[in-house]
Amino acid sequence: MTSTDHTDAVGEQHLEVRFRVNGMPRRVELPVRRTLCDALRQDLELTGTHVGCEHGVCGACTVLLDGEPVRSCLMLAVSAEDHDVTTVEGLTEPDGRLSPAQQAFVDCHGLQCGFCTPGFLTTVAAFIEENPDPTPEEAREAVGGNLCRCTGYQNIVASVLRAAEIQKERAAESAESAESTESTEGSDA
Amino acid sequence: MKTPKFTYHAPRTVAEALDVLAEHSTDAKVLAGGQSLVPVMAMRLASPAHLVDINRLTDELSALEVDEAGVRIGALVRHARLERDGAAAAAVPLVGQALRHVAHPTIRNRGTTVGSLAHADPSAEMPTVLALLGGQVVARSVRGERTIDAADFFVGPMESCLGYDELAVSAWFPAPEGRFGTAFDEICRRHGDYAMCGAGVVAVLDEAEQYVSLKCSLVSVNDVPEVLDLTEVVRGTVYDDVDHAALGDWVRDRIDPPGDLHASADFRRHLASVLTKRLTLEAAARAATTTEGARA
Repeated sequence: MTSTDHTDAVGEQHLEVRFRVNGMPRRVELPVRRTLCDALRQDLELTGTHVGCEHGVCGACTVLLDGEPVRSCLMLAVSAEDHDVTTVEGLTEPDGRLSPAQQAFVDCHGLQCGFCTPGFLTTVAAFIEENPDPTPEEAREAVGGNLCRCTGYQNIVASVLRAAEIQKERAAESAESAESTESTEGSDA
Repeated sequence: MKTPKFTYHAPRTVAEALDVLAEHSTDAKVLAGGQSLVPVMAMRLASPAHLVDINRLTDELSALEVDEAGVRIGALVRHARLERDGAAAAAVPLVGQALRHVAHPTIRNRGTTVGSLAHADPSAEMPTVLALLGGQVVARSVRGERTIDAADFFVGPMESCLGYDELAVSAWFPAPEGRFGTAFDEICRRHGDYAMCGAGVVAVLDEAEQYVSLKCSLVSVNDVPEVLDLTEVVRGTVYDDVDHAALGDWVRDRIDPPGDLHASADFRRHLASVLTKRLTLEAAARAATTTEGARA
């Protein structure tokens, strides 16, 4: 890191940082005071992460750091070195399907203008991993740190519960298909 | 909103971090979770010339040690990790009871408990908990290491007694002794906001369910966390026979909270009274359901 450490003409210190974003190793040189959300949007052109209040209140900029939701406006990009960052762009399934959280927001009309949605999606994606069977109260608490000015939250809470359902349905589907593959293999032998 | 310019330091050892702090002293600030420092810098309320990022010091500062006597946490233990630690919750339940009120889960994923102590915000939960339990902070600098009692650690709003060259490396939250119960709650304008008033209570009962001691500490009421000792008011009385509303009044008459846009001083006094009443009963009832040395 220190090899590329330099100070520009206006006295701004720059560093080269390496981290993984949505599974891809990325290397970017940036001013040390650049926040993670600005680095994602400006340097990596991943504009799915939205920047709202810029002081940790609104939750729009929430990304996953090593799988856990964090505010990307409250983290310096240089602090993300060697870490795994997942943005809303990285939530889709490997086969291109929408993730359970994304599908649920579509199904339940969990968004209107969509500005806050990336923050909700990353938060909910991590939440249903940790708590696959949430109660409505737990769902509400899980998104308590994200602001939405359109929906009135009812459909968002419904989306959180639906996301958990979809996750379970997909787990059951893949278990079923694994079983049928196994039994086919068994009959072949 | 961008932070002012600063020189970034990413030490690989605590010793290296201490050298940087010693060299830049009043111009340097330690960056741990950054959930308070980064917005404070973005709003230009602070503009340290040097930022010492300790997040890479996981080998030395990530320990979370629990035994019957209490919980010791390194400077890089995030709120969320401490909150989820079952052993810590069993040994010192007040810690987990209060952590649930620290901002939102997302903030707790990144923010550190020791960082919250060093930030010394009068509206923060964990300084109050440290004071109420009589805990300690361990600070290290190139000059050596010292252990600071909670009563001495907080010196003013947003001000601890840490020297400019010192790094808070760990904190100690001792478990109360005897047959104890604890409770914590706060009242906010919005869920997850800073409390208009919060309170923590530690009640200790004897085998006959009489109070042995009773202490309470408030959030957003004093410049520094202050422990109110109610023991003399209740000692030797069976907890169920105590007029807990009168305890609330006792606390109300002994505090001088500030008034602001969110709550007037009188309203804060009222909230302190209500919380004390509620939480004392809750803490005592919890104590009554436990036996010493085998806490639920």
